[in-house]
Amino acid sequence: MKNVLFVAVVVLLLGAGAYAAFFIAPTDAKQGLIYRILFLHVASAWTGLTAFFISFIANVLYVWRRQPQWDWLGVSAAETGLVFTTVVLVTGPIWAHPVWGIWWTWDARLTSTFVLWLLYVSYLLLRTLIEEPDRRALLSALFGIFAFVDVPLVFGSIRWWRTQHPQPIIMGEPGSGLDPLMYKVLFFMWFAMLALMTLLLRQRYLLEAMRGDVETMRRQWEVA
Amino acid sequence: MSLFANTTILLGKELRTEFRSRELLTTTIVFILIVLVLFSFTFDPLSEEARRFGSGLLWLAFLFAASLMLQPCFLREQTNDTLSALRLSVSDPFAIFLAKLAANTLFLLLTELLLLPVFAMMYNVPVLPVLHWLVLVFFLGSLGISVVGTALSAISAQARMRELLLPLLLLPLLTPILVASTEVTGALLDRAPYVQWKGTGFLAVFDLVFLTTLWLFGEYLLEE
Amino acid sequence: MTLGAVGPTAIRFENIDKRYGGLYALRCVSLTIATGECVALAGRNGSGKTTLLRIAARLVRPSSGKLSFSSAEGVENIAARNAGFVAHATMVYDELTAEENLLLFARLQGIAQPGKRVEAMLHEAGLFERRDSLVRTFSRGMRQRVAIARALLNAPAILLLDEPGTGLDPQGTAWLAETLQRMRDAGCTMLMSLHGESEISALATRAIRLDAGKVVADTQAGASVRSILAFADA
Repeated sequence: MKNVLFVAVVVLLLGAGAYAAFFIAPTDAKQGLIYRILFLHVASAWTGLTAFFISFIANVLYVWRRQPQWDWLGVSAAETGLVFTTVVLVTGPIWAHPVWGIWWTWDARLTSTFVLWLLYVSYLLLRTLIEEPDRRALLSALFGIFAFVDVPLVFGSIRWWRTQHPQPIIMGEPGSGLDPLMYKVLFFMWFAMLALMTLLLRQRYLLEAMRGDVETMRRQWEVA
Repeated sequence: MSLFANTTILLGKELRTEFRSRELLTTTIVFILIVLVLFSFTFDPLSEEARRFGSGLLWLAFLFAASLMLQPCFLREQTNDTLSALRLSVSDPFAIFLAKLAANTLFLLLTELLLLPVFAMMYNVPVLPVLHWLVLVFFLGSLGISVVGTALSAISAQARMRELLLPLLLLPLLTPILVASTEVTGALLDRAPYVQWKGTGFLAVFDLVFLTTLWLFGEYLLEE
Repeated sequence: MTLGAVGPTAIRFENIDKRYGGLYALRCVSLTIATGECVALAGRNGSGKTTLLRIAARLVRPSSGKLSFSSAEGVENIAARNAGFVAHATMVYDELTAEENLLLFARLQGIAQPGKRVEAMLHEAGLFERRDSLVRTFSRGMRQRVAIARALLNAPAILLLDEPGTGLDPQGTAWLAETLQRMRDAGCTMLMSLHGESEISALATRAIRLDAGKVVADTQAGASVRSILAFADA
């Protein structure tokens, strides 16, 4: 029952966010309708990073406490973060093409997001290559820590690189020149996305917990 | 036994082992040579572009070579379980990492410096006037590659498909090194060479951040 | 042979559990090994002997329970609390010579006058003539000698051995038994896992049997060393 309620709330929030994005936010003079994808694009980016941050905390806690729950949270948050990061990478070209006629721009943020995506895909791949559950949890947690520590360095270095080789900023800096109303809509959208993230995270966590139990039972059965 | 003393002794062992067989050094040097030659078929090596692309190609070659060279790092400690012997003998497990990353940095630096004249000839770039600066960049970049590479080599040694896994884990993490090192090296090989202090400083920060992370979490990488 | 001075060196396992993802390698193991005891650990493959030894060597962390040495809390580094470990694997470098290997570990452990100590060990282990040969060129028996020499470098007060006689020819086994007897007579506490009876098992003053991670027999409880070791083995 609680689950259904939560889903309903998330759907409502997303619906409200979408409505706000289309009808409440003012029109952009230069880009017209397409700019509204910003609300999805940027909110997803922020949500993805939030999820990866949760994964990082879970990783540290696993290394410290060695309780499987932290491992479940770590992988769930990483996967959830990857979903939102994929949305960023998909909406990027969708935004760029009608406005500039090209699909991919090596814009600093988008490029960094791509590297971020690769990092967490590697994290998941690593997990598939270690069979023993405790080893898998520990080693992937350690990699997760290294990966997250790298994130600011990746974003920083690529942004600096772009200042060395400047290009017209295709995406526009959401942090500058946004109408205050747009900001409000953006933050609301982020809030709605966070609710969605929590829902996905929770479902994935429960799934991982169940998987853990099944695997334990299977291994015990194999030995017997 | 102090950390410094243990590290020195272990470093001696790493160097002695490698210089006795020279397997890693020779294969790494040949690999980089192959990459440099192959790259030359993808653009005009004597054109103006060569100067701009050259430093990027060089560092890409170093990164690829490193991701292969770092694989045996912890794998060779598995053959006779010498890793356990080391863990039993040293007072601080970080000494094991320090020694290995110091050795790896040295090996990388050696191959890079040996190949520098070859690169300079092939792509017609003057390196002598800026040699000392190049050595600095090579050192900082190689240190970063080694710190992360040594840590990840400890992880990949415990997983399946380790030959493919190490590059997969390593290369995205080293994006900042590639970006910064390429910029600084490019500036040094420019028609009007100059020292890119921001980039150099960035490399030092990267090295410090990951050395600290390794120091904090290294012992868990060695757990059984 | 004088042993490193440590004081009453008992090993105490209190409710040690070791889980590998839901499977128990060791379950509720509680044992106290007194100073100078020579304990034979028997059990089938997979009964937990190796795990118990590696936990005692501080290479593996127990999932729960406490490990302590004498009456103080467990000391982190085996060298610091004077224990030697001999495993299935030789734990020495094939690409180094016998002398280089021993010097490496002697220096790492901070042994005083490492050169002299290594020379003495090489003589004792009958390796002096081959000291400049790479371990890679050694026979199985000789490699085992290097391994044992490595473990005995700091004259440990505790010795942990995991099937030390495997792969040794009669000559090697005799040498090992002789060496271990000297250690035992000098007061070294020993815990060794064995398969069945041999010259080495004859040294045991106590035997313990493990099955599926639990202690199922102990000479302390009345059974004889022979009976525990003779129990059907895999």
